[in-house]
Amino acid sequence: MDERTLDALRLLPDYLAQHVLLSLVALGLGILIGLPLAVAATRHRGLRVAALAAASLVQTIPGLALLALFYPLLLGLSALSQSTFGVGLPALGFLPSVMALTLYAVLPVLRNAIAGLAGLDPAVIEAADAVGMTSAQRLMQVEAPLAAPVVMAGIRTAAVWTIGAATLSTSVGQTSLGNYIFSGLQTENWIFVLFGCVVAALLALAVDQLLGLIETGVTQRDRIRVHVGLASIVIGAGVALTPLMLAAPHTYLVGAKNFSEQFILAELIAERLAREGATAERREGLGSAIAFRALASGDIDVYVDYSGTLWTNVMERRDSPERQAMLDELTRWMADRYKVRVLGALGFENAYALAMKRGRAAELGVRSIEDLARHAPRLSFGTDLEFLSRPEWSSLKGAYALNFAEERSYNPTFMYRALQTGDVDVISAFSSDGRIAADGLELLADPKHAIPSYDAVLLISPRRANDPSMLRALEPLIGKITQQRMQEANFMVDRDTDKVSPRETARFLARSIGVPVR
Amino acid sequence: MAPFIELDRLCKSFDDGRTFAVHDVTLQVEPGLLVALVGASGSGKTTTLKFINRLIEPDSGTVRIEGELVAASDPATLRRRIGYVFQGIGLFPHMSVEENVAITPQLLGWPQAEVATRVNELLDLVELPRSYASRSPSGLSGGEQQRVGVARAIAARPKIVLMDEPFGALDPITRDSVRSSYQSLHSRLGLTTIMVTHDVQEAVLLADRIAVMSAGRILAYDTPRALLSFEAGAAEVANLMAMPKRQAERIRALTGGDPRDDAHG
Repeated sequence: MDERTLDALRLLPDYLAQHVLLSLVALGLGILIGLPLAVAATRHRGLRVAALAAASLVQTIPGLALLALFYPLLLGLSALSQSTFGVGLPALGFLPSVMALTLYAVLPVLRNAIAGLAGLDPAVIEAADAVGMTSAQRLMQVEAPLAAPVVMAGIRTAAVWTIGAATLSTSVGQTSLGNYIFSGLQTENWIFVLFGCVVAALLALAVDQLLGLIETGVTQRDRIRVHVGLASIVIGAGVALTPLMLAAPHTYLVGAKNFSEQFILAELIAERLAREGATAERREGLGSAIAFRALASGDIDVYVDYSGTLWTNVMERRDSPERQAMLDELTRWMADRYKVRVLGALGFENAYALAMKRGRAAELGVRSIEDLARHAPRLSFGTDLEFLSRPEWSSLKGAYALNFAEERSYNPTFMYRALQTGDVDVISAFSSDGRIAADGLELLADPKHAIPSYDAVLLISPRRANDPSMLRALEPLIGKITQQRMQEANFMVDRDTDKVSPRETARFLARSIGVPVR
Repeated sequence: MAPFIELDRLCKSFDDGRTFAVHDVTLQVEPGLLVALVGASGSGKTTTLKFINRLIEPDSGTVRIEGELVAASDPATLRRRIGYVFQGIGLFPHMSVEENVAITPQLLGWPQAEVATRVNELLDLVELPRSYASRSPSGLSGGEQQRVGVARAIAARPKIVLMDEPFGALDPITRDSVRSSYQSLHSRLGLTTIMVTHDVQEAVLLADRIAVMSAGRILAYDTPRALLSFEAGAAEVANLMAMPKRQAERIRALTGGDPRDDAHG
């Protein structure tokens, strides 16, 4: 079997278990909130209007945005609970995912339950009162069984939505089947993407069919179907969740942002920790801003960031000192402000740089960003998803008066492709990207030094700042990874043919820099 | 005889006092009577009926049953000792005939065996085959459904039965048969029945007393015989009662009751 398929299968028990747990909890909470709310809403008209409006509003927020919104919310709550009770909340991973997915699950449950209850024959409801039922007896003996088929249909919809949307929770650091999709998309590992999609779809389909069985059972008052459906779901969930119960407790949480280099370095860190006898869980695909906050609040223990990114985004500095001065200042500031330890620079830079195809640059006579500025009004500019909103871009734009005919954002992989196909003329590249050499790209000089240095640095959370096994595992990496080695490693993952998984690449990188791994 | 059900100056407005659905209704019903509340739609007869088992609460006035204020008792408990039959029939579609009939005894916590015996007894009473017990209400004809409705209403041996247009949805032949079955049950079981109907003829044929209602008030309360001969009173009552009289005369004419027809023979 193909190495990537084997890789995917190896990860399946953990990803599936996490996905099932997350979906199950979110759906369960959605039902626990949705049903009583629907009952209350049918009794009070005002509440019904408000509840339905709120639930519909939530539904219009894209799933990814909803997840992203919960992160700052939980950070705020965590700070509050830290100051009030002395205990913080985890703002990353399971909690925000469950909260967002629960909100998503509530609407179909609520809407169908309200429709089911409101649609009952008023004569039957009056009869229930007239034979002497209390309000609770009426609900349990008459309203609930009569509305059950419609309610079940709502639960079914909620289940399918939740299982689908749970793939997005990868982006806030919760492992799910979305890990295949997010990492596969970044590394152009289409087998991973396909695998993630198919497994998530099969899971949704299976759950939908079983809930459908229960739904028909409820409609036709056929207890056997209801029991078979319920039992299958319980057994299925039990089997899927087994790996979680068997898994050893994870000791370290290794974070990674959402691109190949980060995946490789996270694997390298995890392998080094493993050699120290520790186990590591990965939190991959974190947004750039989320990653640092997660580290500072202890939701992850270690990750790699870049000096310039921290300098502008976290420290909010607009100057750009020379490389070593920036590193020293960063190290001091991080320790003072956040008690975050900057263990050191890995040796390479991953700077934002503007890149063009070599031929095109020569044709226009462009060697620096200064030259580019003259041609910019006739050129189109492709960037990754965050560049246009980053301070580096405002600084570049200000320094060189850059003004492109068109600006388009891409997932990094597609950005390089767009440059190749001529859809865009200039891109925001990363200097450590293997595709720069492989695709024959020209990095444009930045004579005004508008973009700061981007040394890759290892950051360690306050809690682990002096952790001996962490330090033993990671100190040997400092200063070892040259620009060329990182470009090579990135290209192994990013290239179109003969791709290597981040994990294998991490091992290769470790060997090539002479650092032993497990 | 002392009044059994006593309505005293009941008022109800559904629009904050601009108009009254029921206005100053006072009525005393002796035990064992079958009383019909008659009137056009909107005359307040159904609202008045629902005051008795508190399906609707009056704005002012009181209802007493055997001297006790119904407002002082728990509504669910009160309703379990008053039978209720209505036009919508309102059988629980997810329950079998047996479960429907047994509902009030179940709520009252009767022992299982007693409930089962009672269900058979009731099916006999309303002239339905016992084999119907396990059927679903949706498989029954309208008349059969209403017989189940009656059985459900009297299941817990109430002394009072309230009926809201109970036979309105039935075809004329079925209506007549269910109606006379009920009439005989009423006297056999010694029930006190209050029945709402807009069918004056039905009221005349069935009731011991008729209360004529219009615009939320009771215009007259008397025996059918007295009301039929009532001519000095309100014109509205006279008009209402004239209808069954005219119908009866026409029928008598067709069946040879008219002397002029005899002259030709």
